[in-house]
Amino acid sequence: MPAKIVFHAKIESVSILDEQGNFDAKLGKDVIPDTDVVRLYEHMTICRQFDEVAFKLQRSGRMGTYPENRGQEAVSLGAVYALHPDDWLVPCYRENCGLFWRGLPMEYILLHWMGDERGNEIPRDLYMTPQAIPIGTQMLHAVGLAWAGKYRKKDSIACAFFGDGATSEGDCHEALNFAANLDLPVVFVCQNNGWAISVPTKMQCSAPTLAQRGLAYGMECVQCDGNDIFAMAKVVGEAAERARRDHRPTFIEALTYRLGDHTTADDARRYRDEAELKKWLKRDPLIRIRTYLQQRKLFDDSREKALQARAREEVAAAVKRAEEIAAPTSSDMFDWLYAEMPGELATQRATLRTSGLGQDPSQLQEQSPAPSRNP
Amino acid sequence: MPRSIEFREAIREAMCEEMRRDARVFLLGEEVAQYQGAYKVSRGMLKEFGPRRVIDAPISENGFSGLGIGAAMYGLRPIIEFMSWSFSLVAADQILNNAPKMLYMSGGQFPIPIVFRGNGGAGGQLGSTHSWCVESMYANVPGLKMAIPFDAYDAKGLLKTAIRDDNPVFVLESERLLSVKGEVPEGDYLVPFGEAAIRRQGTDCTIVSFGRPLYFCLEAAESLAAEGIECEVIDGRTVRPLDIETISRSVARTNYCVVVDESWPFASIGAELAAQIHVLNFDDLDNHVVRVQADDVPAPYAYNLEQEMLPNARKICEAVRAVTYAA
Repeated sequence: MPAKIVFHAKIESVSILDEQGNFDAKLGKDVIPDTDVVRLYEHMTICRQFDEVAFKLQRSGRMGTYPENRGQEAVSLGAVYALHPDDWLVPCYRENCGLFWRGLPMEYILLHWMGDERGNEIPRDLYMTPQAIPIGTQMLHAVGLAWAGKYRKKDSIACAFFGDGATSEGDCHEALNFAANLDLPVVFVCQNNGWAISVPTKMQCSAPTLAQRGLAYGMECVQCDGNDIFAMAKVVGEAAERARRDHRPTFIEALTYRLGDHTTADDARRYRDEAELKKWLKRDPLIRIRTYLQQRKLFDDSREKALQARAREEVAAAVKRAEEIAAPTSSDMFDWLYAEMPGELATQRATLRTSGLGQDPSQLQEQSPAPSRNP
Repeated sequence: MPRSIEFREAIREAMCEEMRRDARVFLLGEEVAQYQGAYKVSRGMLKEFGPRRVIDAPISENGFSGLGIGAAMYGLRPIIEFMSWSFSLVAADQILNNAPKMLYMSGGQFPIPIVFRGNGGAGGQLGSTHSWCVESMYANVPGLKMAIPFDAYDAKGLLKTAIRDDNPVFVLESERLLSVKGEVPEGDYLVPFGEAAIRRQGTDCTIVSFGRPLYFCLEAAESLAAEGIECEVIDGRTVRPLDIETISRSVARTNYCVVVDESWPFASIGAELAAQIHVLNFDDLDNHVVRVQADDVPAPYAYNLEQEMLPNARKICEAVRAVTYAA
């Protein structure tokens, strides 16, 4: 008896505005009105300025580490544009552009990378979780947030962002399986930027697409041009609708490219082909929208000049705000460990000594630790 | 009205009462719904609360732990059941690296009111990989609370407190105790965290422990009483927070102390207790604190070897005699 085919698979790849500036009017109809395209372009330009300034802050010793977002702005921006304001955003660390669009003040991201945890004190009404620096862990939290939203009969969904590297983590696979099995409203947005630090995507996954990882878990999946904000907004909008209407998850593989290094602690020139970078520089999402606007006479050089000035001004003001925030005091490190302050921790807080555990508090003097220059 | 029920029934009562009281509480874990719990702890709960609140999870401990954390971030109060705490090791990143740090790292924005519970401990001849006593390793992590109930009364009262707590709470239920019956009041009562219980009063030596080894401590105390050594047996009840004051006050009276801990000796709860008592009772002690711990080997599979590896009444008697110079 001949074997039967029990499963057929296909993966669609969506592109609306390509790198030559060709626009698919049919597919792109009503995805983003022109007035919004202008606003999104302006926002993306400011984010690019933010990225460049953050990089320089690190190089001049005013910031610890910074992961450049350059080249990937359209992924998170297109996604957040397509979502509701109370849909949960569950980011990793290359989603600045989308987070700022939602309303996160820029100084939060600066503070975070300047080594101040207060950058993670994200206002609850923004419906976003702190940047997840371990890889893939946040995907399960997105599933839980979606679970809670469904449980509480809310209309909100959750959108998890993660890189190609995260798709090798168990957390990713467990998250996909739970979301599909439990019918949860999650949009998984994989930013495939080609590289997990120095390991190219082809060395992480033998399959031709990452999108098909979602197929194995029984969910809709699609690939799209992540440097095309129209494609991003369209596929995320459709996925969000599916999540809201049917409580079904979607896996989106957004093809993009990390134009910079992994972080400021990395130097991609040591492992990355210059020709590949040059190819992707031409696919920069900013250039593409600018071309779109130019073709339709929605933007011109004088507006561009004014925009550049505004970007410099806004980012400089954010840097000023971040740097004006006084360093945390040493007793702050004991706050928010528990929802209430346990007695033994209060003793440690008062004495600034870990040896407060098991000590007679009356024998300990309050003291401030001297700053140490030891490594 | 107190009546005698099994330890596992007491756990179930705690969960059911809290789920009736608070619609935000739900139970998620392997085999908890259709199968009524791998150890029948959740028997009848699916029928009462339905599949929305009693959920069978795929075999994916890291997955449902992370899901629980996310749900807690959006206002729910999950109870996550591990079939065995031994299986929680694959979820270490979520339960140790995420749950106890989320509130801290978000500057107070995301409390994680979650309970991780399940049976644990050695002594069931389940082999080393299924016989973990995780308490020492996990208690090292700040940001979590940990309760180890000794009897059915505490199993209910401590678990209810855990479910109402706004922090991640680890509740370790000894697999060997699940069928042990005890007097448990019907209806609502709480056993507060950070309040040790004196299980037996005595004047000659303080014995401190948590959970199942307390039965060996009490057994040892009875035979030592016949020798004229009256031991005070203290149940710490919660490891975090730790009621070191009650323990220290007892040692100040007895001047001798034995700590009994079924986890491995190196960097353990037993070591921590000994260190704290040495500091707090330096002037009271007439001998150093002696620890009775599991031997420093994986739990052996053979019944006789496993019993020998764990703390038992004989070892505790020997320790008390030695520390009180009665040997």
